[in-house]
This record gives sequence, C-alpha cells and structure tokens, in this order.
Amino acid sequence: MYEIVNKICLNPTVTRMDILAPLVAKKAEPGQFIILRVDDEGERIPLTVADYDRDAGTVTIIFQIVGATTEALNRKEKGDFIADFVGPLGKKTHTDGLKKVAVVGGGVGCAIAYPVAKKLHEIGCEVHSIIGFRNKDLVILEEEFKNASTLLKVMTDDGSHGEKGLVTDALEALIKDGNQYDEVIVIGPLIMMKFVSLLTKKYDIKTVVSMNPIMIDGTGMCGGCRVTVGGKMKFACIDGPEFDGHEVDFDDAMERASMYKDFERRAHDAECNLFKGVQNNG
Amino acid sequence: MANMSLTKNPMPAQEPEIRCKNFLEVALGYSEETAIDEAKRCLSCKNKPCVAGCPVGIDIPGFIEKVADGEFEEAYEILSASTCLPAVCGRVCPQESQCEGKCVRGIKGESVAIGRLERFVADYHSAHSKEETKKPQPNGHRVAVIGSGPAGLSCAGTLAKKGYAVTIFEAFHVAGGVLVYGIPEFRLPKAIVQREIDELIRLGVKVETNMVIGKVLSIDELFEDGFEAVFIGSGAGLPRFMNIPGENLKGVYSANEFLTRINLMKAYKENATTPIKENHKVAVVGGGNVAMDAARCAKRLGAEEVYIVYRRGEEELPARLEEIHHAKEEGIIFKLLTNPIEILPDENNFVGGIKCVEMELGEPDESGRRRPQVKADSEFTIDVDCVIMSIGTSPNPLIKSTTEGLETESWGGIIADEATGLTSRKRVYAGGDAVTGAATVILAMGAGKSAAEAIDKDIMG
Repeated sequence: MYEIVNKICLNPTVTRMDILAPLVAKKAEPGQFIILRVDDEGERIPLTVADYDRDAGTVTIIFQIVGATTEALNRKEKGDFIADFVGPLGKKTHTDGLKKVAVVGGGVGCAIAYPVAKKLHEIGCEVHSIIGFRNKDLVILEEEFKNASTLLKVMTDDGSHGEKGLVTDALEALIKDGNQYDEVIVIGPLIMMKFVSLLTKKYDIKTVVSMNPIMIDGTGMCGGCRVTVGGKMKFACIDGPEFDGHEVDFDDAMERASMYKDFERRAHDAECNLFKGVQNNG
Repeated sequence: MANMSLTKNPMPAQEPEIRCKNFLEVALGYSEETAIDEAKRCLSCKNKPCVAGCPVGIDIPGFIEKVADGEFEEAYEILSASTCLPAVCGRVCPQESQCEGKCVRGIKGESVAIGRLERFVADYHSAHSKEETKKPQPNGHRVAVIGSGPAGLSCAGTLAKKGYAVTIFEAFHVAGGVLVYGIPEFRLPKAIVQREIDELIRLGVKVETNMVIGKVLSIDELFEDGFEAVFIGSGAGLPRFMNIPGENLKGVYSANEFLTRINLMKAYKENATTPIKENHKVAVVGGGNVAMDAARCAKRLGAEEVYIVYRRGEEELPARLEEIHHAKEEGIIFKLLTNPIEILPDENNFVGGIKCVEMELGEPDESGRRRPQVKADSEFTIDVDCVIMSIGTSPNPLIKSTTEGLETESWGGIIADEATGLTSRKRVYAGGDAVTGAATVILAMGAGKSAAEAIDKDIMG
C-alpha cells in the first residue's frame, strides 16, 4: 500500500498527488513513468512522473480525470492509500549536452513537460517553455514553469490567458526570431505533438515526443503500447516512452488510442452514477 | 492384479457446451476409486522409461504404486521429493511428450494417465493434509529470487527448505508469473497457484510485489543490500509479432495482452475495470498451448467463431494433446497449413479480416519439422474482427540491459550453465524461460531447483 501524502486540485479536472514510494523516488528521472492500481479490483494505468523528492521519498503524479480509474483515484484523499505503485519505468529524458531547448507542453501534458524543463534548467541549459491550454481555467503549473525557464509563453485557444493561439504559433515565432534550439521536447495530446513535429521538421530541429499509449504491465510484456517509429514496431514501455517526433506515426497512434473510448465513457459514467448513488444514500 | 484395460480412465470434465461459457476448471479430477483403478494399469516395469521422460525425475512407478494401495499421502511424499508444484504440473505438463510418451502401456493402447494421477495426489493432499508447515532452522544466508513463476517458486522453495532467507521480487502486483497472467483459470485455477505461494510464505519466503528488478533495484543493489546470491527467473515475456501489414489495427492483440487482461485483470467479469473488446469472430495465430488458451478464452468471452490459424499441419501443433482435444470439443475451428499475410481494416480501422495463404509441407528444417511453403495462388480472407498473435515470446530485456557483465544470446536468452544455472556473473544464477526461451512449466521448475542446489553449494562451500 502506498500513502497519498499530499493532494491538490490544479483545476476542475486535473489533480496533483504526492505518493510515498521511497524506492521509486530514489530512482525516478524526468521522462519516466509509473504504473498504479487504485485498489485490489482496479486496472493498471500508466502515469508519467511529474516530480519527485528523493529525501521525502515521494513521487508526484498529475492526472486528468478521464475514466473510471482516474475518477476513483481522484476520490482518494490525503492520508488514504492506493494498492500499487510501481516504477520508475521506461527510459529517462536524454538531457546530456543540451545548451538550448524549447520545451512545449499541452494541457495535462505540461505535468510531464515540467520536470523535463526543471532538470534542463538545473543543468544550466537555456529553456524556452511554451505551454498551451484551452482556456484560463485549465492552466496548470504556470509558476513552476516560470521558475524553470529562461522564457515562458502561455498560450490559450480562446485568448483568456496569456496569448491567443496554438503552441505551434508561439514556437514558430521564436524560431523565426532567430532562436536556435538543440532540441524541441514536446509533451501533450497526440495531435499537438504531431503538428509540432511537422513544424520542427520544416526547420530541421531534432524533436522528442513522449508517448502515453495503452499499457498493462509496463515491462515489455503485453505489447499493447506498440507504436510505429521509423516504420518499425517499438514498445513505448521499454523502448520509450520518448521517441523522435519526426519518426513517430502519429495517425497510427491516434487510432490505437481510441480503441477503448466507448468502454471508457461507459465505465466513467457508471462510476459517476455509482458515486452519485452513494452520495444520495449516504 | 494389474488392470489390463487398453485405455486410460477418462477424465471427468464439464460438458463442452456448458464450459465454453464459463471460466471454471474444465477437467474435474479423478475420484479415489478411479485413481486406484488407473494406478493399477501401471506394470511397475523394471526399466521405468517414464522416469527418464520426466524433466525432474519423479519416481513415477513409486508414487503410482502408493496410489494403487490407497496410500495417497505416501504417494504425495514421493512426488514432493522431486517436484514442488505437483498440483500445477499434473495439470499443465505435456505428459504425452514426456513421461506418458515413454510408458510401455502406450505401445499397445494408451499410456498410464500419469499426469491425472499426479494431479489427483496433489489435490488429495491439499484437501486432507492437516500437517503444519515446519519452518526450517534459519542458516543465516540471504538469497534473492527475481520472478515468481515456476522457476522462481521452485528455486525459492528449495532454498527455503534448507534454511535460507529468500526474498522473491515480482514485477506484477500478484505473485505467480505465467501461472497467473498466462494460463487461464479453466485450465489452472488461481487458487491452486495461491496455495503453492502461501506454502512458500509459511516456509518463511518473503514475496515483494511491484518490484521490477532492473528498474526499481538493480542486481548490483541486491548484492549491496546483503543478498549473497541472485536467481533470475524472469521468464520470456516479450511478445513477438509477424511484421505483416495491419498489426497495429485496433483489435489486434498479442496473446500476452489478451490473456493478461482476462486472467490477471479479470476483464471477463462484469464490472471489471480493465477493458477488453467485444469480439464476434476471432483468429488466433499460432498452434501452441498459449494459442489454445487464447482461443478458448475468446470463446468464453462470447465470440461466435474462433479460428486457430497455424502454418503447419495437425501433427506439428506444439500444444498439448488435451488442449487441442478440448479446443475442438468447444468448437474452435482449426485452419491448418494456413499463414496470415495481412490484417485488413474495417471502415473504422478496427480489424475487418485476415488475409491468408495456404501452405504445404516441404523438407524438414533445422527444427526437424517439415518446412511449410506457400502454395501458389492460394490467397483467401477470413472474416474476423479480432486477431490474437500467439507466435511466441522472447526473454525480457530489462535485466540484461541493467546488469553489467551478464551475457546473453543474440535472441535475448541469458547464457547459463546447463547443470547449475550459473551465469557469466559471480553468484548470479538463471533458469527457466529467461534462459531457454519459451518452454514448459516443468523445465522451468527443474531449472529453479537445480540452481537452488548449486547456490547452496556455492554459499556453503
């Protein structure tokens, strides 16, 4: 059992939790992920490490409430326990030798982009962060990014906060201003990673994306997380989760990600209705 | 007086039309009377060819004689001198190519039903034994075992009985390895696996779940932590695909993924949190036990048509005879001498069909089996909405990639001494599928046991 030592609602659908898991915290690096189960009946879900505190022995996860499992997780409070928490899995973000990097985050993907920006900032790299959200109510981690970046651009689709526009608009403007990046690291919805990768391909800038596909074990066993990279089959759990954005077949990944959409929606609704029932009866 | 019947006592089983809708065990086990009757078919022949056919060398005529005399606990003692998982092996061993394949009764008629008798004795023991497990005197030495499948369990059990403080590190949230995630409930009830694990815990073995060795801790850290030897029994978990077009379509599973969703995550239960796609027509590619398991699971989940698509012929099917027999009884359709060349999409990019070619058998290849060749102009399509790839697995690369000096074969198998399991690293032993590639429960169990003996010698000098 793993204790939730802290819980903060970052926005109405995004929650941050610090989980006491000293062995995971000891090894975790930006770019890696964990797998958790909320309770003994729960499914295994992968979440990318959002932060870690080796001294306190805690690992931070930030998740969006999208399905039954994240719904159930969100009902847990500080001091509660979750059944399983295993990691760190996957490969860490490659940061060696980078001098100037654009870190692009979209939506809850910013939770994963943040530790990457922080690590790069700590090793003395010049970090330009671009974070995008639909509107101002959904903005997360703005302060954290500010502290980890040389330059921060906040973009919203409707212009209710920061600048109006897409992250690709901001990135292209920075490139056109003459910024030469060793690498662009982009973490967010598949469609966003696809368009950032198309943009950087045009400017021939190395681009790293973080994939978060369907997964069960996280150790290479199920093959559910396979992604097509450079025409070859790769397993996100052991070969990734980070890959060369110019090589990833995003259309294929988007199709695969939609496999259980109906199930997810039904399960989520059932979980919500069940909880409503409990509330009404309680 | 020997029972000279030419056929085995049949195994009582759930009727096919009932069992193909549930996940309860198919084979129900012999009664005491049937077991005694079957045991009397053994001639106690002098040469004991069956023993030579057993990878762990069980004294087969010895335990069968006790069964014939109705001395079931004594029979159990003989079994447990050689095997620590008789309830499991009695159910999943490919007896027809091991002990039973060598039985002299098989020359004219059917062999003695050794596997069924082994299962009977193990089940009798667990139902009747009140014996308290005696915790052995600790010898003060610590050994780490990676993986809780058959290799790891037998290594841990053997060492624990000698007084070692053994910790098993398991990557999943429950122990049992392939016995839990791979082999379905209807063939090996999980309660039986749990019974074996509980027995190890009573012997003092510690089981730590959620421990992906190579990630959470490295083998070097295990030594730093005070373990004096490490046994790697991490299995062959990495699924292979065919590299044909369409393998990334929605509705294509590796057998590992399909079976894990069902067996470990119980996706077949109502209100399960782990999803599995509803399928109507399923093609399982491959002809081994795992393929049979996947096909029969698909049937139980409600698929109307389930195909086994296998590129060689009936005789070459690597699965146990009993599984093939059960699968056929349950209405699984065998498309033999058939090889897929493409998986076709429907309009929503789910699986819509599987395009195959017919094969014919040519000269034997390096495996000794006749090599399948494509028949010209034989392309055809089977209409399916789900494809399960069950064409084998490779050893997991996680430990290799994080353990300096651990030598492996080019295909990923850990190089280990055949007799002792010693690897290229001092005090690091390995056995089971991690060494051999996908093989059987009994071979893994045997490897775990002999590595335990070697570890004991190594530490005690």
